[in-house]
Amino acid sequence: MGFKRYVEIGRVALINYGKDYGKLVVIVDVVDQNRALVDSPDMVRSQINFKRLTLTDIKIEINRTPKKKTLIEAMEKADVKGKWENSSWGRKLIVKQRRAALTDFDRFKLMLAKIKRGGLIRQELAKLKKETAA
Amino acid sequence: FPFPLTYIARLLRIHISERKREEEAESNQNSFAAMAPRKTPVVSRNPQLIRGVGKYSRSKMYHKRGLWAIKAKNGGVFPKHDPKPKAAATPVKPSKFYPADDIKMPLPNKRKAKPTKLRASITPGTVLILLAGRFKGKRVVFLKQLTSGLLLVTGPFKVNGVPLRRVNQAYVIGTSTKVDISGTNVDKFDDKYFAKAAEKKNKKGEGEFFEADKERRRASCHKTRRMTRRLSMQHCLNRLRQCQI
Repeated sequence: MGFKRYVEIGRVALINYGKDYGKLVVIVDVVDQNRALVDSPDMVRSQINFKRLTLTDIKIEINRTPKKKTLIEAMEKADVKGKWENSSWGRKLIVKQRRAALTDFDRFKLMLAKIKRGGLIRQELAKLKKETAA
Repeated sequence: FPFPLTYIARLLRIHISERKREEEAESNQNSFAAMAPRKTPVVSRNPQLIRGVGKYSRSKMYHKRGLWAIKAKNGGVFPKHDPKPKAAATPVKPSKFYPADDIKMPLPNKRKAKPTKLRASITPGTVLILLAGRFKGKRVVFLKQLTSGLLLVTGPFKVNGVPLRRVNQAYVIGTSTKVDISGTNVDKFDDKYFAKAAEKKNKKGEGEFFEADKERRRASCHKTRRMTRRLSMQHCLNRLRQCQI
């Protein structure tokens, strides 16, 4: 019970609204009750409302308002990108993005792959049925 | 001033243009006193201050243009050339037919239709999705745009049953998938190929003619389609599909 993910310096969060939607970002300082100063290697450091953030499990070791270079080093050390892409949340997001970027041909290939997979599953099921029946 | 300035300027301009034309005529006629053909284009020596008013007066222009020199060359008088002998006028025959009523003739329309502008997303080898017609929903390979503006398209026939066909660009979605059709030769196919078999007026032999035309088509169709198929499309498409799956 209770909160597990806290707003703290070094907490990695996902922006869930606005121009930078979908970006992974590090909380670098807290401005006031509602806003945080937030930074990312590919972004200019800016303030953002907490309502626009969703906190993740990932936390990195930094001091308050580090230099960009320090921040990037800390992120590399903690392997934020790797942890994110291996987490189930991160993986789901990546799949979503890929699905959205499918072309017509990709969707065709996907359809064939699904059919094939379905066929294999049904084969296995048939085998199992046979075994139990026997 | 006895006359307004604009009037004088107009006279001047007319005079200058006349003189220019005379000069040109002289050089064209190859007379003894003619000048060499102009190498530089005719540019007015009298810049306009305002429309209709030149910078230089008549007398100034006389000197600028060297009319005194022309006169001097020709013994104090402007050279005069006899008009060209007019070609004997062809006798105009009185027309045989005068229409009873004054019919309004429509103005001549000399517009030439251009083939529709092809969307940038559609290039030879693009896979298109047909949106209407017998084959709606089918994915099809684009071959070329015909002179009528329609797109020449094929299934290929062996793949999905869509034959060599014409399709309007508006009823088509261009996908981003491209097939390499560099080997196919589609020069043979144009709008005439798709024209309906002309119905002969000879009623007796109508059936025969129609069949003969169709047969001719089928024969040429087969050969070229076989070529197109074997050369690239089928090959490429299958290759594409195989390597991805």
